[in-house]
Amino acid sequence: MSEEILVVKNLSVSFNNHTILNNINFNVKRDETLAIVGANGAGKTVLFKCLLGLIPFQGKIEWATDVKIGYVPQKLSVPRDIPLTVSEFLKLKENDDKKIGEILAKVGFRTKALHMHHDVRVLNTRLGSLSGGELQRILMAYALLDNPNVLLLDEPTAGVDITGEKTFYALFGDLKKNTDLTIIFISHDTDVVKKYADSVLKLTHEH
Amino acid sequence: MNTNLFFLLLVGGLVGAASGYLGSFMVLKRMSLVGDALSHVALPGIALALTFGINPMLGALVALAIATFGIWYLAEHSEVYPEALVGVFFTASLSLGLLLTPEPELLEALFGNMDKIGKLDGIVVLVGAIAIFIVTKLISKNLLLGVISEDLAKSQKINISKVNLVYLLLVALVVALGVKFLGTLLTGAMVIIPAVTAKNFATNIKSFHILSILFGILSLIIGILIAKYFGISSGPAVVLTSVIFFAGSYIFKRK
Repeated sequence: MSEEILVVKNLSVSFNNHTILNNINFNVKRDETLAIVGANGAGKTVLFKCLLGLIPFQGKIEWATDVKIGYVPQKLSVPRDIPLTVSEFLKLKENDDKKIGEILAKVGFRTKALHMHHDVRVLNTRLGSLSGGELQRILMAYALLDNPNVLLLDEPTAGVDITGEKTFYALFGDLKKNTDLTIIFISHDTDVVKKYADSVLKLTHEH
Repeated sequence: MNTNLFFLLLVGGLVGAASGYLGSFMVLKRMSLVGDALSHVALPGIALALTFGINPMLGALVALAIATFGIWYLAEHSEVYPEALVGVFFTASLSLGLLLTPEPELLEALFGNMDKIGKLDGIVVLVGAIAIFIVTKLISKNLLLGVISEDLAKSQKINISKVNLVYLLLVALVVALGVKFLGTLLTGAMVIIPAVTAKNFATNIKSFHILSILFGILSLIIGILIAKYFGISSGPAVVLTSVIFFAGSYIFKRK
């Protein structure tokens, strides 16, 4: 098994003759946590979309053959009137209630019950009624449901209040310490990058 | 109850159920006007079918399928916003349809006439409704994920563009099935109104789908009974029944 889980060579992206990414090269090792930083408009989200195969690009993006990606998108605006509950959302990916309960506990939703019963209140809450921080943890749970070995997080705490952010990064630290997940995340927060990233990829407008 | 009325209620109920189920996704996708506009596209198809002596439902289906592919293709390959494209298709087809439809049949094509629903129509509606339920159920998870986040869906290798095309074709089918009861001007209402009514009561997605189907069935059945009793057009009777449910849903809305 190769040590590298991702190799990116000469990656370039242009839209309407406007270059967004120009000749980007980097590697990511298994178990590594890579932060992608850069000013707004530097192409961080575009790079993520390339890594996920959502948009066309030039150059090479080579994932290891055994890669399984979990993706946590930037804060979603889910309208409150959509009657999709947390339970129904998670079941779009995984039908097993026990597994859902385990993952919810992993992202910090526990009841005060003695056993590991999952939080029924959260399960029956509409996705659009969750706070920003809760929604991000549910999206993290969704990403983790099918046991990925790589986690991509696109500014996971943008628009989340301080308490929500703290809880989210406590979970992030926990995952980094206790699992062998490879994590690639976009962040503007230098403290978070210093604390959690093993390496940093800085995108600039001049690439 | 005579056999003919029972038959009409059965076929109408099937149309209501299928349009209610599909409509629940339409409302979530914030595409309500697409269903309405698509129903107008049926008119030139009906006109041509009447001219050539073919079943109008088939004519409507062909016109709808062509328009659906057209809208989907242009939405994928041009930068024009889909709602604008639907607007273009809608006005173009309505104008074409008004010119092509023979005058004696025009009113019937626009507002529906259930007295002309025959056994063959009943069979087509039954098969069509079953197909709609099966296919919609099969794509429902992907449709819902697309509503929450297209990027999330695409990251799971779900071809959202194809899912949307299949969904639009199903809407085209349900419009074609409902056209004889409700006419081309009003069929779209059955895809929208039962679903927005259901949304006012639903606690989760499952109850939303069930209530939407239920309001679809009730609107058709009560509307048909009213139309028969007062000897009026079925289209307006059904649509106004569904509007009364909608108004009621605001009064008894889940807080």
